[in-house]
Amino acid sequence: MTETRIDKRFQDLKAEGRPALVTFISAGDPDFETSKEILLGLPSAGADIIELGMPFSDPMADGPAIQESSIRALKAGQNMSKTLQLVSQFRQVDIKTPIVLMGYYNPIYVYGPERFLEAASKAGVDGLIVVDLPPEADDELCIPAMDHGINFIRLATPTTDSVRLPMVLKNTSGFLYYVSITGITGSKAPDVSKVHEHIERIKVRTNLPIAIGFGVKTGEQAKNIAKGANGVVVGSAIVNAIRDSLDTDGGATQKTVSRTLDVVKDLSRALTA
Amino acid sequence: MPLILDLERAYNEARSDAGCDAELNDLLAHYAGRPSPLYYAQRLTEHLREVATKDGQTGGAKVYFKRDELNHTGSHKINNCLGQILLARRMGKTRIIAETGAGQHGVAVATVCARFGLPCEIFMGATDVERQKPNVFRMNLLGAKVHAVTSGAGTLKDAMNEALRDWVSNVENTYYIIGTAAGPHPYPELVRDFQSVIGNELRQQMMEREGRLPDTLVACIGGGSNAIGLFHPFLDDAEIEIYGVEAGGHGIDVPNGHAASMSGGSPGVLHGNRTFLLQNEDGQILEGHSISAGLDYPGVGPEHAWLKETGRVNYVPATDKEALTAFQLCTRLEGIIPALEPSHALAFVTKLAPTLPRDNLLVMNMCGRGDKDIFAVAGHLGMDI
Repeated sequence: MTETRIDKRFQDLKAEGRPALVTFISAGDPDFETSKEILLGLPSAGADIIELGMPFSDPMADGPAIQESSIRALKAGQNMSKTLQLVSQFRQVDIKTPIVLMGYYNPIYVYGPERFLEAASKAGVDGLIVVDLPPEADDELCIPAMDHGINFIRLATPTTDSVRLPMVLKNTSGFLYYVSITGITGSKAPDVSKVHEHIERIKVRTNLPIAIGFGVKTGEQAKNIAKGANGVVVGSAIVNAIRDSLDTDGGATQKTVSRTLDVVKDLSRALTA
Repeated sequence: MPLILDLERAYNEARSDAGCDAELNDLLAHYAGRPSPLYYAQRLTEHLREVATKDGQTGGAKVYFKRDELNHTGSHKINNCLGQILLARRMGKTRIIAETGAGQHGVAVATVCARFGLPCEIFMGATDVERQKPNVFRMNLLGAKVHAVTSGAGTLKDAMNEALRDWVSNVENTYYIIGTAAGPHPYPELVRDFQSVIGNELRQQMMEREGRLPDTLVACIGGGSNAIGLFHPFLDDAEIEIYGVEAGGHGIDVPNGHAASMSGGSPGVLHGNRTFLLQNEDGQILEGHSISAGLDYPGVGPEHAWLKETGRVNYVPATDKEALTAFQLCTRLEGIIPALEPSHALAFVTKLAPTLPRDNLLVMNMCGRGDKDIFAVAGHLGMDI
């Protein structure tokens, strides 16, 4: 496949000699307009790659923080069309920052995989992470996505053994998302030395950039864990900042955008320091 | 994925191990109380023949119940739990988790965990914990820890999400006993195999009673484990008519007012399988509604979806009201208090049997007993107990 914004971004960062800060928010959390403001502010706050969650009613790989974020977005009326709209509005302002849509397969399946890929590609989506589609189902979305110039990014976990790893790597492009713990997003902090041990094992098998996520909350942690990898993903800590800024009815306040971007700035500062 | 691949491997090994089979059969016989009787529901049959006569018809099938409500713990759920706990032990797992809706599966899991001395944690939606207090107490008595799940709407699908989250977090030592014929492969297959004891026994029992196979099979469907257990051994007998009865709730025309994923849902992907789901136009999963907590799963086992598409099995809904009427009819005519789940199957039987000839052998799976439902039924009938 041809070079994507994701490939380009990792090459540039490699030249700069620093890891990518990959940030996660749910599209439409806490509402469409506020979410758009946050999204537009992410690149200058230090996000190198943006993961945008496609809200789903049953996010079984996610912990409470991202579950709640997903539910806030759905309650505010977010749906697949609006998520794609959000991306295309972002693209009118920013043509460099890669956007990876992350979520579960059912909303894509119901939208229609082919129709979805066309719309995503047109909107300016660069990558997809669909956590409940294993490599056994690559024909379903992964391979068609590549045909549309969209990277399909797969997760490897501590339970991905040497037998399974080649299967996971086979059609992965853009980068490999290494899940630092066995479990769900936003849980216990990972054991850094163990993570690095696994990463080294994976590096022998692939030249893909590796970003590490799940359980990374602070700048200090991000910095330590990013050593030896090409990027670090932070999600729960950012969506918790959104949650903490809301009024008692769950509505956005004047602080919502700035508080959320402050968290990203802190992470970015720690990573570049 | 590696965890479910491990499970598949272990299951395939266990299947070809005669010792494992013998132990399961022994437990089914002496612990669960199998085979469950095949009972001729004579008074119900006569009643439905009278109904037919009043309608100017001469029909009225001969109605039998396969009495899985007589199993230990009061439903068919124990069949699958015994099979899976042997598998867990074989895989060296030391901790068991499960999801439950009404609590029947949770009680069965807690029971086998007590029997095998394994610690057990059950995930149950907070709403269901409130609705099904007696079963929560039973699970506690059996030594299980019950987690009230508050995420989502606090019902069965949320409990399943939470159990999956726990499983991926504790995969090293934990075995997840899924109760229905859904979830990621190989669960639908192994639940079906463990439940097929129902249909296999029926084949033999009907041959002994009537000298031939049944003509019509009826079972209720939530996720579909009791139904697939009854149907599966008969799928190749093309002349047998098979009906799965879904929870029609307030009626399948009422948005989000039923739990009939096949009659009133659409294709989707959830919990690792492609099937029919209750969902909105954006692919968000709906809660659904049924008078019976055991039927309000928003999906259905993938094999049922396939049997619907091939047309081998007919899927029909029965409403809350129809189930409640059938519940009372069966209690009065047969002295059997059915669970609200098979009351849906029974509701359909009361419509179907009068239209069939008198020599038609109809078997309905009485998959659970109604003791757990007496409070809910009293509420619906406007009585205080």
